Amino acid sequence: MAGVNLKIDGVEIEAPAGENLMQAAVRAGVRVPGLCQLDGLSVVGACRMCMVEIAGTPRPRPACATPVGESMDVHTDTPRLREHRRVLLEMLFAEGQHICAACVASGACELQNLAAELGVDHVNFTPPPTRLEMDLSHPRFGYDPSRCVLCTRCVRACAEVEGAFTWGVAGRGRETHLVADLGVPWGEAESCTSCGKCVSACPVGALFEKGTSVGERRVPRALVSTLTARRERESHREVLK
Amino acid sequence: MSRTLLIDPVTRIEGHAKITVRLDDAGAVQDTRFHVVEFRGFEAFCRGRSVYEMPALTARTCGICPVSHVLTGAKAGDAILGVEPPPAARQLRRMMNLGQILQSHALSFFHLSAPDLLLGFDSAPGARNVFGLIDAEPEIARRGIRMRRFGQEVIAALGGRKIHPAWAVPGGVLGNIDPEALERLRTEHETIVHDAKWAWARYGELVDAHPAEVAAFGDFPSLFLGIVSQDGNWEHHDGLLRFIDAEGNRVGEDFPAERYADVIGEVADADTYLKSPYHLGAQGGKAVGPEAPGTYRVGPLARVNLAERMGTPLADAALAEFRGEFGRVPLGSFHYHGARLIEILACVEQLGELLNDPDLGRGPLRAEAGINHLRGVGVSEAPRGTLFHDYRVDEDGRITGVRMIIATGHNNLAMNRTIGQIAEAFVTGPDVAEGVLNRIEAGIRAYDPCLSCSTHAVGQMPLVLRVEGPDGTLLHEVARG
Ligand code: SF4
Ligand code: SF4
Ligand code: FES
Repeated sequence: MAGVNLKIDGVEIEAPAGENLMQAAVRAGVRVPGLCQLDGLSVVGACRMCMVEIAGTPRPRPACATPVGESMDVHTDTPRLREHRRVLLEMLFAEGQHICAACVASGACELQNLAAELGVDHVNFTPPPTRLEMDLSHPRFGYDPSRCVLCTRCVRACAEVEGAFTWGVAGRGRETHLVADLGVPWGEAESCTSCGKCVSACPVGALFEKGTSVGERRVPRALVSTLTARRERESHREVLK
Repeated sequence: MSRTLLIDPVTRIEGHAKITVRLDDAGAVQDTRFHVVEFRGFEAFCRGRSVYEMPALTARTCGICPVSHVLTGAKAGDAILGVEPPPAARQLRRMMNLGQILQSHALSFFHLSAPDLLLGFDSAPGARNVFGLIDAEPEIARRGIRMRRFGQEVIAALGGRKIHPAWAVPGGVLGNIDPEALERLRTEHETIVHDAKWAWARYGELVDAHPAEVAAFGDFPSLFLGIVSQDGNWEHHDGLLRFIDAEGNRVGEDFPAERYADVIGEVADADTYLKSPYHLGAQGGKAVGPEAPGTYRVGPLARVNLAERMGTPLADAALAEFRGEFGRVPLGSFHYHGARLIEILACVEQLGELLNDPDLGRGPLRAEAGINHLRGVGVSEAPRGTLFHDYRVDEDGRITGVRMIIATGHNNLAMNRTIGQIAEAFVTGPDVAEGVLNRIEAGIRAYDPCLSCSTHAVGQMPLVLRVEGPDGTLLHEVARG
């Protein structure tokens, strides 16, 4: 496969064709922030946090959903992009209810890390008229819609890696939330195998292990990526035999 | 409603302390009212959340004594799980509570009250603060700072270097004491014992210097409430609750936390936003005064008055002196200061025992269980007094109801009464001198109420005092802060 030559933040690199800009950036030693992307899962380009500027293109593009192109000149950290990310982040905070000091994910939360990185520490928000309640019906796990950033990583982990297709998205606007099976409490979802892959994939504290308290998130977030990478490797071995 | 929420929010009971003094036709004080604004909407805020978050959530809601809320919330959680935390966890929780009482009392006495006591109530307001204190008597300020830091280090050694450690959880605690911090605390301990003894000795002189204030600051009979140990001694975390009357007699049976509502009623007063709890049984015969039957006090003075003994040598010696001078049950709210210093001694001594216990932190720290009860009540002695958390949950452990009684609430009727007394003694007509305002402020401060306005170490409490005529017309208003 022929390599593609491009420049990311001034660093010249060669990346395999078909790779996306987020992956390619890693070759240049650059980490592009993103929430909905998780190695091993399909790309949805939903969160818009990974927007980058490409010289000659009028509007920023999501790095996770843009394939590398020959001679591209990509900038991942411009004042405009920073501003864009900050606004996005504030919106995410404002749509939910994030009290890190009471959250299982505090200290291991991708949203919180982004906020620290981008210097967001205050959010103006109007409390929603109706609060979405926590779903604690599952014997092992809980779901808190007020902390969900709707990245759908859990939906994809469940469908693509576990093959259970338990999770879906329902509702509109502020009321958008996850549903298990056809809208039953999680604990009653027959398709759920209780494997916990969704919980491990969640970037924030929206999915968690029951009985855990502040800052106690234990599930390794790379679980899904590790599993998919391993499967890939093993299937190659099959082919070689 | 739009408000600013920090990612790390702390909501305090905000606002000015508002006091109304009503005069009669002759210009004498007829009635006084103390109004504070309480943070409301807390229950709605918690509904639907997991019981595991409650210690942390309640700590966020009251920024003044978060550690007490964490510990009490965890105890209410224990009750919902139906577990007794392992012995090591209980011991560590007790240790944190001692650290909390110590640091809070050190702040209250040395930073907030010592300027009044030492520099005098009529001294210039600009200097009557912790800086004025540093100028006038650097030693007392220095020791106060050191003692407070020691208490805070105890908390940090357990909960980590966070502002509000959500370290106690339903079933136990999240982590053990940091071994390095433990060593440091052991080394520093002796100095703190010394400071606590010194402060008690110094206090004797201060009391003698203020006879008028000692008499006027809420000197009235009332009941007292607090936790007592099994043998009736001073206690701050585990044990039954007890009421005593102004003579020191037990009122009713000792009761466990979950029975509090059988014993304590609450009147919601239309114009003081704070609910005023009172002792229910007092209505029938045990009335403590025609104006406010069932008025009781909590906090340092209540705990010290309840205790047969403090349980440690230095604190017991101080208690004997205190009682020798003021009687078995000192009633003046001025004595909160003395009680606080006796408690400082007790905390320091008990911490010494814990720090040197070879078994400290040995064994499991957490009992795991599911939701076994749909209601749980936790109680603990916060520095300012008895704190109740009463949670109701559904079968999944989601909060369906929350009720809390905080120390400042318990003391509300008594604070009102105290202000009335001070006004009667010092207000002689519509013109109110600065010194009167200072005394009213100090009268409230004796209770160390958890109003954010009461914790201004520098400068004064934001205070509005209205003097009204018999028909409610405003005669004079003084505001500051
Ligand atoms: S999900 Fe992340 S940002 Fe939200 S409350 Fe939890 S730690 Fe904070
Ligand atoms: S629950 Fe977590 S993983 Fe799922 S959509 Fe919400 S934030 Fe993403
Ligand atoms: S990470 Fe690219 S759009 Fe979310």
